[in-house]
Amino acid sequence: MPAEPWYKRLYNWVERRVQLEGPIKDAVLHPVPRSTASWWYVFGSASLVLLILQVVTGILLALVYAPSAAHAWGSLQMLNDVLPLGWFLRAMHGWGSNFMVAVVLIHMAQVFLFGAYKFPRELTWIVGVFMLLMTLGMAFTGQVLRFDQDAYWGLGIGASIMGRVPWIGGQLVHLLLGGPIISGATLTRFFALHVFVIPGILLAFTGLHVWMVLKLGINEWPMPGRIVRRETYVQEYNELAHKDGIPFVPGAVWKDLVFSAAILFAVAVCAAVFGPYGPKGFPDPTITNTVPKPDFFFLWIYTVLSFLPPDMETPFILIAPVVAVIVLIALPLVAGVGEKSWWRRPVAVFVLMFVAVCWGEWTHLGTYTPWSPVMNAWSGAPVPPDLLHGRTPLERQGANVLQEKQCRNCHALGGKGGERGPALDEVATRLTEDQLYRQILLGGGNMPAYGSALSPAESTALVRYLETLHPGYQPAAEDASRYVVNSGGVPKNSTVQRGAGQTPTR
Amino acid sequence: MDEKLPPPSQQEQQQQLHAERVSRRTFLMNVGIALNALVALAIATPVVGYLLGPVLRRKEYLAWVSVGNVNDFPVGETKLISFQNPFSEPWDGATAKIPAYVRHSASDEFTVFAINCAHLNCPVRWFSESQLFMCPCHGGVYYADGSRASGPPERGLFTYPLKVESGKLLINAGQMPTLQNRAKIECPGARKTESSQIVARIEPCQQSPGTSVSTIG
Repeated sequence: MPAEPWYKRLYNWVERRVQLEGPIKDAVLHPVPRSTASWWYVFGSASLVLLILQVVTGILLALVYAPSAAHAWGSLQMLNDVLPLGWFLRAMHGWGSNFMVAVVLIHMAQVFLFGAYKFPRELTWIVGVFMLLMTLGMAFTGQVLRFDQDAYWGLGIGASIMGRVPWIGGQLVHLLLGGPIISGATLTRFFALHVFVIPGILLAFTGLHVWMVLKLGINEWPMPGRIVRRETYVQEYNELAHKDGIPFVPGAVWKDLVFSAAILFAVAVCAAVFGPYGPKGFPDPTITNTVPKPDFFFLWIYTVLSFLPPDMETPFILIAPVVAVIVLIALPLVAGVGEKSWWRRPVAVFVLMFVAVCWGEWTHLGTYTPWSPVMNAWSGAPVPPDLLHGRTPLERQGANVLQEKQCRNCHALGGKGGERGPALDEVATRLTEDQLYRQILLGGGNMPAYGSALSPAESTALVRYLETLHPGYQPAAEDASRYVVNSGGVPKNSTVQRGAGQTPTR
Repeated sequence: MDEKLPPPSQQEQQQQLHAERVSRRTFLMNVGIALNALVALAIATPVVGYLLGPVLRRKEYLAWVSVGNVNDFPVGETKLISFQNPFSEPWDGATAKIPAYVRHSASDEFTVFAINCAHLNCPVRWFSESQLFMCPCHGGVYYADGSRASGPPERGLFTYPLKVESGKLLINAGQMPTLQNRAKIECPGARKTESSQIVARIEPCQQSPGTSVSTIG
């Protein structure tokens, strides 16, 4: 027997005991259709790599993080500022989370577009839906562990949504918060969820998901006219994989490897350039001078919640997510056979584009929240000088009232201020004096009534000032009947006299 | 390993399987499974009880807390106060402090509003100049008496039950107010008939969501 080198003997010694070579070789060398060695097929493996990155960076952060409401914020500050490269690990974990959600969503869209959820891969998709939910759960619980003001009030939003559940809402809130109100018990249970419960289940599901991909084979490139039939599909696929196939390693895997490396590098670059997320303000609920906002991937929910009419809110919040999950789970069971190609699935393509556009627009709106009052505009955004030029003292006093009564929190002047209500730069062209009084004193159309907050002198000054807000080329709106009463007739050469707007007679 | 027995015939297999099914070993295995199920149940019961702890304790979650002397609150003003959550632990840190607004509308007439917007619990801010509470999240606005002025909330601000004892203002507090979890917390928005003069005069908001014609002009 020729003497083998020591490492070979060591390998053989271990292999005779664990016997893993066979299954691993089978998995690595299994033939895949040539068409799947594509740059479109790299997102699943990239999600896995990002998950591993999150586990590793998460464990490293857990070495330092103190899951106590009194100390969490301080321990994050220490990671940021004191521990060498603590900031970089926090940034890697934060950006890794963003990338993971993004790549998982792209993976899902690709699988949907390529019809990869169809027979026999229905369960792979359904398991994947739960993995998506757990990924989002990780993102939310992670945001809570970054125990700052956003986390505190984000928990409040979560509790408020829970509290809307009929009958057991109150109990659910206490279950979610671990007590009657957001406190130390809330943070410890979200720590357990983020560190043990959800990742444990997510890893188990990932194993199952990858196992099924190996057993059922990677979805072939969809071709128009290649119909999926339960009776023939497996045979057709095997033919495709064996006759026109290549071994997964190295034929297809090199693209996965290159893309994963690129993604990891992108995470590292983002982490190094943009740094860690927060923590923002100290989680003291008595600091009410705060504008809570969710993380990027939840901005769209924030937007949707602001646009729902009050009476639709509770049913929508409670029913829509359930319906969405049911639709996702039912998709492969309902549409499990037939065409896979996007050329023959216009509805699927449209749905995907529609969802993507909605998501993008809602997220975009969520970045600048036009529905929220700008809380410091009344004291921070002065009236533009040209809107004060040439005004009488009374009108200028009106501008004072406008600032002092927080009108600017919802109404912009010169592009600055809230966008909840219409901008006031040209309000006089839209409302007559009487209409202005009515609107200010009685409110309406989403504006509060200011009747009790303004003295008669203040309202007069305010309306006089608003009356001056019109461009030079366009007069202020006037009540025609008032003119008629005052001067006993319609003004000469007025639109009324000329009969404008009436059907011309010939 | 090479000396393999010839495989049993179909009939023999059936007989073997049947014998296996009723054998003592199978019976003992079933006993083992049953024992494990019993033990699992016995263990699971306290675990479930432990998990539901925060819910089972919930009757205790209200206590009378002092928010200050009656004289601290001038008539006609609304003041931001904070009180210690009666159910706090040392590791709660700053979260043990709960903010609230005390409104002293007329002599001996107090209202204590929860800080939480009735929409999604964000902290509302009081603006004494315009006599409004504004929420930074989704733009909910409330009048000085807590009733809904505009925005997505479907009701007014939550209020705490209160009483005055030996010159001190006490509120019954301890849990986060939510729509379901009112726990004796009154809602000013629900008393439609008693709502303030200003509100009574404007059109009810449910009927005119969005911007009305008069605003667009």
